[in-house]
Amino acid sequence: MLSLDFLDDVRRMNKRQLYYQVLNFGMIVSSALMIWKGLMVVTGSESPIVVVLSGSMEPAFHRGDLLFLTNRVEDPIRVGEIVVFRIEGREIPIVHRVLKIHEKQNGHIKFLTKGDNNAVDDRGLYKQGQHWLEKKDVVGRARGFVPYIGIVTILMNDYPKFKYAVLFLLGLFVLVHRE
Amino acid sequence: MIYSLICLHLENIFDWNVKQLFLYLSAEYSTKNNALNQVVLWDKIVLRGDNPKLLLKDMKTKYFFFDDGNGLKGNRNVTLTLSWNVVPNAGILPLVTGSGHVSVPFPDTYEIMKSY
Repeated sequence: MLSLDFLDDVRRMNKRQLYYQVLNFGMIVSSALMIWKGLMVVTGSESPIVVVLSGSMEPAFHRGDLLFLTNRVEDPIRVGEIVVFRIEGREIPIVHRVLKIHEKQNGHIKFLTKGDNNAVDDRGLYKQGQHWLEKKDVVGRARGFVPYIGIVTILMNDYPKFKYAVLFLLGLFVLVHRE
Repeated sequence: MIYSLICLHLENIFDWNVKQLFLYLSAEYSTKNNALNQVVLWDKIVLRGDNPKLLLKDMKTKYFFFDDGNGLKGNRNVTLTLSWNVVPNAGILPLVTGSGHVSVPFPDTYEIMKSY
């Protein structure tokens, strides 16, 4: 039976093999982190991949869709673009479309956003007294997207037991799997 | 208020990977205060399967058209352009600007209502 076989394997592993497995695991984690940091550098965004959390951009994006962002300084913010921004003091990023921009000669720009599926613009969402967004509030501009895949992240956030189960199974798999 | 008649044929933009089009008419102009201003006047979502031939008659400005300051009064050069955002089933999200645009001069005084 499969389960008895792998239990035998674990017993047979001595200390050295266990350290080797742990190092292997460490390498996988480091590589993943390096890829993520590399993406941050290439796109210029601190969060190059985000999950859509609300339905305010339907029918284009639904909860659980994955968005790929860039945040290059050379790309000016123009109306119609889909921006992901954070309101000062709040953690959750919002994905909406640019409705109006006013840019000065020196490049300083202030802009207003609105969700496609919302009846009104976002002024009500901004901080008390804040009427416009600025470049510093922008996390990135949406350049590409893949539907549904982000649901896993939402599930892991809403059901922590699911997250622990996934992490536990992953850890078990990596430690026990022998090359 | 800007009343207009716009006729659109969108069949060529819809291919197997296009889920929807987000159309918008934007006005671009320059003022003393701000070198560049862009304002969306109206927008429309066209889903795959909707009638690709659109006749937009008398589309009143969906969003109030006002400037940050008094820059619109007497502004000789307000350019209206039609653009669209292609939303695919999966993949890149391009923003396309239609070729050709209309320049509209704004009157020197505020008026309650005027038709062009």
